[in-house]
Amino acid sequence: MSENTSPTANRLKANRDAGRGSLVGYFPAGYPTIQGAIDAAVTMCENGVDVLEVGVPYSDPVMDGPVIQEATQTALEAGFRLKDVFTTVREITKVVDTPVLVMTYWNPVLQYGVERFAADLAAAGGAGLITPDLIPDEAKEWLEASEKYNLDRVFLATPTSSDERLKRASELSRGFVYSVSTMGITGAREEVDKLARGVVAGVRRVAPEQNTCVGIGISTADQVDEVNDYSDGAIVGSAFVKAFQHGGLEELKAKVQELSAKINHS
Amino acid sequence: MSEQELRSHVGPYFGEFGGRFVPESLIAALDQLEATYNFAKTDPEFALQLAELHRTYTGRPSIITEVPKFASHAGDVRIFLKREDLNHTGSHKINNVIGQALLTKRMGKTRVIAETGAGQHGVATATAAALFGLECVVYMGKVDTERQALNVARMRLLGAEVIPVTTGTATLKDAINEALRDWVANVDDTHYLLGTVAGPHPFPTMVRDFHSVIGNEARQQMLDEFGFLPDVVAACIGGGSNAIGIFHAFLDDPSVRLLGFEAAGDGIDTPRHAATLSLGRPGVLHGARSYMLQDEDGQTQDSHSISAGLDYPGVGPEHSWLKDLGRAEYRGISDDEAMQALRLLSRTEGIIPAIETAHALAGALKLGKELPAGSSILINLSGRGDKDMETAARYFDLLDAKG
Ligand SMILES: Cc1ncc(COP(=O)(O)O)c(C=O)c1O
Repeated sequence: MSENTSPTANRLKANRDAGRGSLVGYFPAGYPTIQGAIDAAVTMCENGVDVLEVGVPYSDPVMDGPVIQEATQTALEAGFRLKDVFTTVREITKVVDTPVLVMTYWNPVLQYGVERFAADLAAAGGAGLITPDLIPDEAKEWLEASEKYNLDRVFLATPTSSDERLKRASELSRGFVYSVSTMGITGAREEVDKLARGVVAGVRRVAPEQNTCVGIGISTADQVDEVNDYSDGAIVGSAFVKAFQHGGLEELKAKVQELSAKINHS
Repeated sequence: MSEQELRSHVGPYFGEFGGRFVPESLIAALDQLEATYNFAKTDPEFALQLAELHRTYTGRPSIITEVPKFASHAGDVRIFLKREDLNHTGSHKINNVIGQALLTKRMGKTRVIAETGAGQHGVATATAAALFGLECVVYMGKVDTERQALNVARMRLLGAEVIPVTTGTATLKDAINEALRDWVANVDDTHYLLGTVAGPHPFPTMVRDFHSVIGNEARQQMLDEFGFLPDVVAACIGGGSNAIGIFHAFLDDPSVRLLGFEAAGDGIDTPRHAATLSLGRPGVLHGARSYMLQDEDGQTQDSHSISAGLDYPGVGPEHSWLKDLGRAEYRGISDDEAMQALRLLSRTEGIIPAIETAHALAGALKLGKELPAGSSILINLSGRGDKDMETAARYFDLLDAKG
């Protein structure tokens, strides 16, 4: 049903049907400048990213590690304004047909007006929102607005989520469910991987039709490949931002090609 | 609104405020905390344990001191102080910490983390961690580690690890961000011992309940010792825990006005302040919907106050609700007004208050002049001023020049 009308879900499914995996790539809007982020995002989409996440710089990013914190802080100091996210999405979707999700903490959306944000995002060609600090329980307004404007809504599933919560997040998500490891960047990789497998298995169990992608601080081609064995896509953020910080567009391009190499050749 | 209705109110929502605006990763821990707390609330064993610790360790009940010489500077009123400064560790913060430390044990967790601004909550947490044998990490803004250096030393002496936070504005708000990041990563064995009535449910309700002992004692003490209820109950507001602690018992006493005094920094009409309820608007910060200082885009704005404990751009959701209901009033007090009140109480009564607390004292000095003759004001003396001697010495030029 609604899955078919989501370009994000369609893209993930098309890749799966073609026997390959998917790479979801994150880059913050406004970093290092508005245009710089647009160029970086387009480069990512043109070199192997299947679904793009554009991050909204925010003053209190409690879910972000140091790399993304530093980038988004730089964007804010350079004068990023919330409305710039619509420009960013519009310019990217003009050039590429990659689905573009916006990843944002909730207060900026709330202050802009939930319905107004949805309308402007849809008008800019955005696919929907990933909301790291908005759980389904608090999302009434967003559920209504996203229905009205036909937008994806990506809620989080974690190793500590109860079956009941996994079910609710899976049923209410559109596009995909974001399976995260609460252990974040710490902990041995094997252990993290086991947790991620558990979350994905949980989502599959309660919502077999739903897509789910995994974000666990993935930074290598092997990890991208492995995650795609049991889920619908691997989400990579810090590794791309770090590559860009290091060597600009060239290194970013190389990193995207590197991380998508294995899943492209299946 | 009928009698009792305000006092009996619990979260997750206080009107349109409160809730749980946090990553899904924390929901299981919040659910566990809520279930543990709800069970403890009805468990006589828990009540006994808490009361016994307060009697033999915290030093409760705290006394009430009438301060006539100080009051003579506030028009024709009587002023009473609820002496939370006399609690072990020197402020009201210990009330909440002992409660949450007991819950930490009940949940089988072995590590506590905390944020701290003035250092009082950090010291109280480090103290309880020592007492209960818990590992303790305290996040404190770099700016605050400098202006409250004495408390950093106290925490380390008590065996806690103090981590200076350099991100963002390097004050209380950023210490909370760091604590939340730690919690997301270590939620299995770690309890986040939040120090005020902000944050996601159940913290605003639970922390309020642990501090309600302040108002419960004070209300009874006023009746027993003086034979009347005060006309006004006043407190300073950072996140709002000492204020809600003393307000709560009086919420359904319609004759009692409730006044919260926020930090107005350089002045309520300047951009450098921390007057969240007076000048902010509703938004989501640190897991709850409440009044907050923010720009048009919803980015949190920097707050400013000479007092580390009030230097916070958010406030607990129950205060936002009480403000909108008109049940409590909130006003701003500038740095200078607070410092003058701090000196005045020291000189007239021999009590050196914390700079945070001095905002409530300054508020009472102004308010007293508006009240009818013979009115009475009960102030929550939330903490003592030892930690602030460096700031006060500089402010009033109290030390002999070096060299
Ligand atoms: C003595 C004292 N009073 C008040 C506060 C402010 O916090 P709250 O508003 O939660 O009582 C602090 C915080 O550090 C404090 O140390």
